[in-house]
Amino acid sequence: MLIPNIGILVISFLEREEANFVKFVFTLSNYKKLFSAMYVKVFLKTFGIALYVTFICLLLSYPFVYVISQTIKNKGIKDFLLILVIIPFWTSSLIRTYAMMIVLRANGLLNNSLLALGLISEPLELLYNWFAVSIGLIYSLLPFMILPLYTAFEKLDHDYIKAAQDLGAGKFRVFLEIIIPLTISGIAAGCILVFLSTLGIFYIPELLGGSKELLIGNLIKNQFLVARDWPFGSAISTILTILIIILMAVYARVQKNTNRVMV
Amino acid sequence: MHKLAKLYSVFIYIFLYLPIIVLIIYSFNASKYASTWQGVTLDWYKKLFSNNLLITSTQNSLLIATLSASIATLIGTISALGLYNYRFKARKAFSSIVYVLVISPDIIMGISLLILFNFMHIKLGFYTLLLAHITLNLPFIIIIVISRLKSFNKNLIEAARDLGANEWTIFKEIILPLILPGVISGWLLAFTLSLDDVVISFFVTGPNFEVLPLTLLSMARLGVKPEINALCSLLFIVTLILIFISHLIFRKKA
Repeated sequence: MLIPNIGILVISFLEREEANFVKFVFTLSNYKKLFSAMYVKVFLKTFGIALYVTFICLLLSYPFVYVISQTIKNKGIKDFLLILVIIPFWTSSLIRTYAMMIVLRANGLLNNSLLALGLISEPLELLYNWFAVSIGLIYSLLPFMILPLYTAFEKLDHDYIKAAQDLGAGKFRVFLEIIIPLTISGIAAGCILVFLSTLGIFYIPELLGGSKELLIGNLIKNQFLVARDWPFGSAISTILTILIIILMAVYARVQKNTNRVMV
Repeated sequence: MHKLAKLYSVFIYIFLYLPIIVLIIYSFNASKYASTWQGVTLDWYKKLFSNNLLITSTQNSLLIATLSASIATLIGTISALGLYNYRFKARKAFSSIVYVLVISPDIIMGISLLILFNFMHIKLGFYTLLLAHITLNLPFIIIIVISRLKSFNKNLIEAARDLGANEWTIFKEIILPLILPGVISGWLLAFTLSLDDVVISFFVTGPNFEVLPLTLLSMARLGVKPEINALCSLLFIVTLILIFISHLIFRKKA
């Protein structure tokens, strides 16, 4: 399984050729090309939107998971609520993206409801822009944030919370100094899953953003299948892989620190 | 505060389910333009079953999903047993590779395999897709089976050995029944992953072997259509059934 990744690394340093896609000549030009204004912009845009989507997913999920895992005592209801999250998690995100298209389009549900309520006088342009892409990504990736958080909350040891309360800590302090540190491994896992998925799913920007909104995923896809510039596509993926390794290292560190807190 | 918190979680559920429910309702709408409701119809479903392209790609998808899930389950279970039972040098490295593969974006795996197939001069089509899907499913199976293995009491095996059971008997009578729920739910997950995969299939399949998600993607690019609503609703129901089966299996054991 490692061989193909090494293949990408090697190709990213080679020149392009029409017939066999690559010529065995060493070059750094693919990486130089990456640092031109146009591509740096795509990278920044992608990371911006990925961070934004990750942050919103965390913001939406954290209180939600807290409510379903901590305030509900009945195990049957709890299991049922969890299954309601697992269903969208298992459903193809292509189908869910398409469902989002139906809701957002000009004569779709959202516009019609807003019109009927008299909040707007003509349909809003909800589809084929950044708004649609980010909503689509948040919608598709929300379960990827909820499930790791849920696992972390289930492991939460209530004795720590009780101890802190007995020692006079207020609600806010308990949350900030006990609950968050104890669920940090879930936060880290969820954030990494959402962030990385945002980088790869090329069909969400394609379907919801129209053809104009490009992210790294689309860029890689186009280099391989449209522009047929494999070395350049490989250079982009190499950068992405390096990023993944860095994120995994950060995650491993967070895990280690949590274990230390627990002991 | 308590009421507000509950209301909030209801809002999240609405956000998760509303688009899918709208999709299913519209799939029965008689009007071609979904903005107006013109009564219930099954026409779009009937149209699906007369669309040859869709039928072929559905068959292809089911074939690939069944084969890749089964082969990956077999190889994955054996690897999990090996990783769990034997302490070898590269064990730790191997386990971390498994986790990296699960977490890394599909697109990286897609292009890596495309490059590999191209270098080996394998023509893109059925076999490349099958190999790619096995690679996609394998790490998930290994993780599920290992977590199942970790959850049971190791003394059971020791006890059986003390009572004179050989390795094969231990495997057949103790390990297999204990990991079976994990193996089955792993298979179901692999089947779903394979059936739903867009990104990897996009890179590694050839023009003469079209699978359902790719057909769906090229249809959806052209906008919303009632037939696609019907198709997506059907696929959603299939997913529901798979989750239901998987849940039943786990519940029985727990």
